[in-house]
Amino acid sequence: MTTTMRTLVVLGAGTAGTMVVNKLRHRLPTSEWRITVVDKDDLHDYQPGYLFLPFGLIEPEQVRRTRHGLITEGVELVLGDVDRVDQQAREVSLLDGRTLVYDELVIASGTSPRPDQTPGMLGAEWHRSVGEFYTYDGALALRESLAGFSGGRLVVHVTEMPIKCPVAPLEFAFLADDFLRRRGLRDRSEIVYVTPLDGAFTKPVASRELGHLLADKGITLETDFMVEHVDQERRVIVSYDEREVAYDQLVTIPLNMGADFVARSGLGDELNYVPVDKHTMRSTEHPAIWVLGDASTIPTSKAGSVAHFSVEVFVDNFVEHARGQAMTHSFDGHANCFVESGGGKAMLLDFNYDTEPLTGTFPLPHLGPMTLLKESRANHVGKLAFRHIYWNLLLPGRPLGLPAQMSMAGKVPAA
Amino acid sequence: MPTTTIAGQAVEVNDEGFLTRPDQWSDDLGTELARLIGIELTADHWKLVRFLRDDFAHQGETATLRRVSTQTGTPIKSLFDLFPGKPAKKMAYVAGLPKPKGCV
Repeated sequence: MTTTMRTLVVLGAGTAGTMVVNKLRHRLPTSEWRITVVDKDDLHDYQPGYLFLPFGLIEPEQVRRTRHGLITEGVELVLGDVDRVDQQAREVSLLDGRTLVYDELVIASGTSPRPDQTPGMLGAEWHRSVGEFYTYDGALALRESLAGFSGGRLVVHVTEMPIKCPVAPLEFAFLADDFLRRRGLRDRSEIVYVTPLDGAFTKPVASRELGHLLADKGITLETDFMVEHVDQERRVIVSYDEREVAYDQLVTIPLNMGADFVARSGLGDELNYVPVDKHTMRSTEHPAIWVLGDASTIPTSKAGSVAHFSVEVFVDNFVEHARGQAMTHSFDGHANCFVESGGGKAMLLDFNYDTEPLTGTFPLPHLGPMTLLKESRANHVGKLAFRHIYWNLLLPGRPLGLPAQMSMAGKVPAA
Repeated sequence: MPTTTIAGQAVEVNDEGFLTRPDQWSDDLGTELARLIGIELTADHWKLVRFLRDDFAHQGETATLRRVSTQTGTPIKSLFDLFPGKPAKKMAYVAGLPKPKGCV
């Protein structure tokens, strides 16, 4: 009996793409499935590390590895820019003219900061007084800027939601407070947190807790601010309703958008995210397309933990699907985020589609129970330890002992 | 859910005054909800409200400000002129829809 060889193509070798090819290679017979993963370059960054780079709390070489070193044997890595997906022909064309034919396609091309989408954001002062830490280069440039900062107005600014790692800008503000204190500059500095939301964070309970933390640290909160443009000369950001916030150092989170090839292929919404079923991550329009990580519209945080939990559900489903069986697993939107709060402490948020971030404890294997929604030293240690877990367990697809489904054990439902 | 009477109609609202049942909405109700937040609805307003209603019926969730802007070809600046201060929230309120999530 001959079996037809089938091909799975994965677009993007970041957190979700790397995990999915590594896990599936061990689950799908090589005699039946060819697996190819495509990315534009051979650099894999540990993105949570970007937060720590500007403060010198982590070294550049600790956040960057090669993609090929992280991808298991038996998976082909293709380096090239995706031009478009032709879902009718089941073909991916690359900008250099190569074509990849697929039976099943996973889009895991993430989301990227797009400073070009806000007038005045790019310009002579980009990566100088207009800083950012959502890219490797930006985080390193910001390290320079902060090293030369001698006091004044530091403005942390979110352009528009959704962004990846939605807690990162708050963490940046907390760490900046710490950084300026340690350097004896806090008295001569103001920290302002500017957000398009009506509070510190998206989720009401967490927003309240994080709002208190901002107030405790003397960080001013400017809400409902939709930026219209950045005036680099006058050093102000201007909102659509004509409010101005002045800065000496701006740290902005530019608009985040999915990959341009998603738009060129007619697969995305207005921010280039692909609509999917939130429990299976399968495209609502094209059954041979699945979307993992930040690239989809699932209504939960764009975060590594979500990529991780949803990939586990997807892999179990896909193995069933590949055998022609019904898929029996369902993703619940589980997200789990450490929030660095400064002073060597961190909080932990744990939530899903239906449940707000909870208080109580979280049973993390190896590291012990973590305090939820409250600062603790152990949470900070957990956050730091996670880099090793990421490189050595998560990406290779080794079991972490963390259930993908959210559990209520040890947790106190919010009032 | 508390019930209140707006434009002579009994409707269910949440603690922020947003309608909780989009099917209880009507044009008259829209006009009255707008009046409650100090807005007199013009043809430009109605175009946006109709889009929001229609989009919600298809997508199952309230359009974000960016989606309203790109899908109706209305600059964001104009949305702020028509629904001052918090256009996304105000448009949803007038259209009898939940606050847009758009942000998790």
